[in-house]
Amino acid sequence: MMNELPLLSALVAVPLIGAVIVASVRREQANVAKWTALGFSIAVAVIAALVALGFDYSDGAPWLQQTESYSWVEAWDLNLSWGVDGIALLLVALTAGLVPIAMLAAWRDLDSVKRSVPAFFALILALEAAMLATFLASNVLLFYFFFEAMLVPMYFLIGSYGTGPRRQYAAVKFFLYSLVGGLFMLVAVIGLWVHNGGVFDWQTLVAAEPMEAGSLQNWLFLGFFIAFAIKAPFFPFHTWLPDAGGAAPAAIAALLVGVMDKIGTFAILRYCLPLFPDATRTFAPWIIGMSVIGVVYAALVAIGQTDLKRLVAYTSIAHFGFIGLGIFAFTQTSATGAVLYMFNHGLATGLLFIVVGMLTLRRGSASITDYGGAAKTLPLLAGVFLFAGLASLSLPGTAPFISEFLVLLGAFASNEPVAIVATLGIILAAAYVLWMYQRTMQGTRNPALDDLSAMKRDLTIREKALVAPLVIAILGFGLYPQPLIDAVEPAVDNTLQFVVDEPADVPAAGETNE
Amino acid sequence: MNETQTATLQIDWGGLAPMIIVFAVAFVGLLVEASVPKRRRLPVQLALTVAALIGAVVAVVLLQGANTTAFSIGGTPIGSVILDGPGLFMQGLIAVLALVAVLLLAEHRTTAGGDFVSEAAVVADSAADVAQRRDPGATEIFPLTLFAVGGMMMFVTAGDLLTMFVALEMFSLPLYLLCGLAKRRRLISQEASLKYFLLGAFASAFFVYGMAMLYGFAGTIDLVGINQAGVSSGEPRMLLYIGVAMISVALLFKAAAVPFHMWTPDVYTGAPTPVTALMAGCVKVAAFGGLLRVFNVGLSSSAWDWHTILVIIAVATMLGGAIFAVTQRNIKRLLAYSSIANAGYLLVGVIALGDAVGQTMFYLAAYGFTVIAAFAVVSLVRDGDEEATHLSRWAGLGKSSPWTAVVFTVLMLALAGIPFTSGFAAKFALFGAGIEAGEVGLVVVGVISSAILAFPYLRVVVLLWLNEPAPDAPTVNLPSPMAGTVVAVGVAATILLGLFPGLLLSIVDGASTFLGT
Repeated sequence: MMNELPLLSALVAVPLIGAVIVASVRREQANVAKWTALGFSIAVAVIAALVALGFDYSDGAPWLQQTESYSWVEAWDLNLSWGVDGIALLLVALTAGLVPIAMLAAWRDLDSVKRSVPAFFALILALEAAMLATFLASNVLLFYFFFEAMLVPMYFLIGSYGTGPRRQYAAVKFFLYSLVGGLFMLVAVIGLWVHNGGVFDWQTLVAAEPMEAGSLQNWLFLGFFIAFAIKAPFFPFHTWLPDAGGAAPAAIAALLVGVMDKIGTFAILRYCLPLFPDATRTFAPWIIGMSVIGVVYAALVAIGQTDLKRLVAYTSIAHFGFIGLGIFAFTQTSATGAVLYMFNHGLATGLLFIVVGMLTLRRGSASITDYGGAAKTLPLLAGVFLFAGLASLSLPGTAPFISEFLVLLGAFASNEPVAIVATLGIILAAAYVLWMYQRTMQGTRNPALDDLSAMKRDLTIREKALVAPLVIAILGFGLYPQPLIDAVEPAVDNTLQFVVDEPADVPAAGETNE
Repeated sequence: MNETQTATLQIDWGGLAPMIIVFAVAFVGLLVEASVPKRRRLPVQLALTVAALIGAVVAVVLLQGANTTAFSIGGTPIGSVILDGPGLFMQGLIAVLALVAVLLLAEHRTTAGGDFVSEAAVVADSAADVAQRRDPGATEIFPLTLFAVGGMMMFVTAGDLLTMFVALEMFSLPLYLLCGLAKRRRLISQEASLKYFLLGAFASAFFVYGMAMLYGFAGTIDLVGINQAGVSSGEPRMLLYIGVAMISVALLFKAAAVPFHMWTPDVYTGAPTPVTALMAGCVKVAAFGGLLRVFNVGLSSSAWDWHTILVIIAVATMLGGAIFAVTQRNIKRLLAYSSIANAGYLLVGVIALGDAVGQTMFYLAAYGFTVIAAFAVVSLVRDGDEEATHLSRWAGLGKSSPWTAVVFTVLMLALAGIPFTSGFAAKFALFGAGIEAGEVGLVVVGVISSAILAFPYLRVVVLLWLNEPAPDAPTVNLPSPMAGTVVAVGVAATILLGLFPGLLLSIVDGASTFLGT
């Protein structure tokens, strides 16, 4: 066991220390800041790998592993308690892996603008620390601290380093939406605290007698759920995401949609289901309804988008609908699929955003009409773009296929009509992805592209190096998802036991890929 | 202990020491004005004032744990001055906050001669007034401040309504004067002073009238006695209603609660910024110290009678302050409306009564440090000699003066209640106490108000960082040791109380019981 080393504390502390160090680099020394930040983010990835190596994947293992706890504010039962389960492990790995890639992707973004490079990379590291902390926290108030605090770095990353004239509007909208959700959650957090006599420790709460069903539980559930639904975001709380995703630098959008939004769905599994099981069951039909509407509606809107980044943001909202469906169908298969979906979506959409970022940096525009026939001079970039798009529409052989399949399989078992409607989403996904590809890369070549020398420069070595790991991961987990399934299944079982007596196990989830 | 019939008055001089020190030095300060040459007065006065406030803080710390009255006759306590946990804590808090704010009063680097006028009697904007703009400001402000601070310290320990009224006047009169002493924009400053004075006098009249009504109802002006009368008195209850209403009007006026808040934006804007800081920090503590004591000690037995109306006022204050703050274009007015909204949150603590005393005091401490630092930053950002208070002038400050912008961003985030700042710790503690007392509706309104209020704060942050600076952007006079210290202390307290709220929580927890409840 690797319990001797406080690895989970290190996962939060290292990027935080890195942020402080990078922030203190002088503005002129941009390269020092970049390399220091990259170094720290790689160190985080290494620590995450150590955590994954020390993790006990067997069925009988405790729910939360490698726990640590340091007392902080005793009057509030607020402790620096960390712990990781299979679901959190996947998302920690995703975060730790995606951040260095995002940093590399944003490496040259600031070359042409007069913005502070050290501050940019310091903010990314601070954001990483806060995101990791939300996955690792095993104390409700501690989670809330980081859930709210992460808005600050993201706000500056969008508002200060974003693109387009609406970046300030997008940043403020993002902040206010999230803050309002967070404040609803705060009331519920306080209510929970008062109700259970001042306990915030998650393990104590989960081990205790469940709360009696009734209006109090329903209200507390809603307080938590609205915050998470805005964060995720689920339809109809989604309107901030296209603005934020469209205005953020592409690499930041990859982190925003790829990782930060997963905190919403992660937190639903971690907090809503075990703490408010009766309310979860009560509201599940409504949430499933919202999810399915989200799947279809967002996909339809995505087809009509003219801006690449906004389009990708809308596709993500459709995907979050699938995740919601997977969670609230309450079958082991669908919930496992939902958790894998969070991970795979982070890979696929992360890659898609990063490739879109490469394109927009070359063209100087994210508008689809400014492209056309771009593949002629950028064959490799176009190839990766197509690959990311196909992964995002869950083509068999890519990782997202497994998760989408599991979600639908589980959903069919519990609610057939809903699953049939959701299946529409797959068809629509093919439409928006392929049409996007066709309008930008194929067809008549836009003559304006020939005047831009940048549009003739295919992937550089740096760009190849940063897309390669994502492409490999998407293919690898598409062909062999078993390790992921093994990691999350115990945690999913533990979570579902609160809302169903006997998690309906449609053909064992592990065998579906054979 | 004295069983004889001849009743003798015993005075606990040690218990009165904090107030005696402050008042005595204030009188010495008056003598200094008469005897020390003008150019030497500033250092002398500043040293005296700082020494007095430090002395008061030390005296309060030495008194901690006391739970007694300062006066008694033949062993029977007289409740004029009460030395109990909340009283002493708030005395100490007022002294500490005043200590910070006083440094701002003494700031002479940001503008020649400081923010205060030299001869207040000179007709505003006349030739003589323009001529005296380079003269050092009047140093009478220091004894005046000490009188005000002493009055506030008396106010929070007053155990009967008469002492409370004397203390109210004691701290109000010097403040009316101080508001009118701004060197720039003399007319606005004088208008603020007059407005504050007239409305304040009106509020005082309400207080006296309410006191008479309560005396008619209870036969005593002692708070404990009034509380007992709330259960046992046979007088018409209407007397109690009118009395409570009128006393509340006066106290809520000082606390800047809607609908008694009209003076706040004008006075905060017109007064010299150091005085505004003093008011926003210390007067808030004093006003809520008084409110907490009156409602906890004197009126808790009649809670059913005033609960509804106070809830309505709290809701109006929370929402009104936040909504009006959204439209403000002047940073001082914005902070004024935010102070109104914060008064609303604090009223939740008052309504929750005994359960929330400690948390309300925590909130007062957290808010006081943050708001004083915020006004200190306002006093640093200048167009030439004048403060650049219009928000448009703050655009792009992050480019020209990044540290000032960072500091102000931290303060704005604290006011918005983001975790890891004192603002979050204070809101969490206060709203937690509110829910515990069953005031869920009020807390929900408080949260909605916080969400609305986050918007204006955020807009300031947007201006600081995301907008391009104007070509003639204001200068920030950073190398000014006094204001710099104020900002540093305020920000340090904001972050410290956010990261380690336990330090102060344990203190307020031990000091949260009023004598006589």
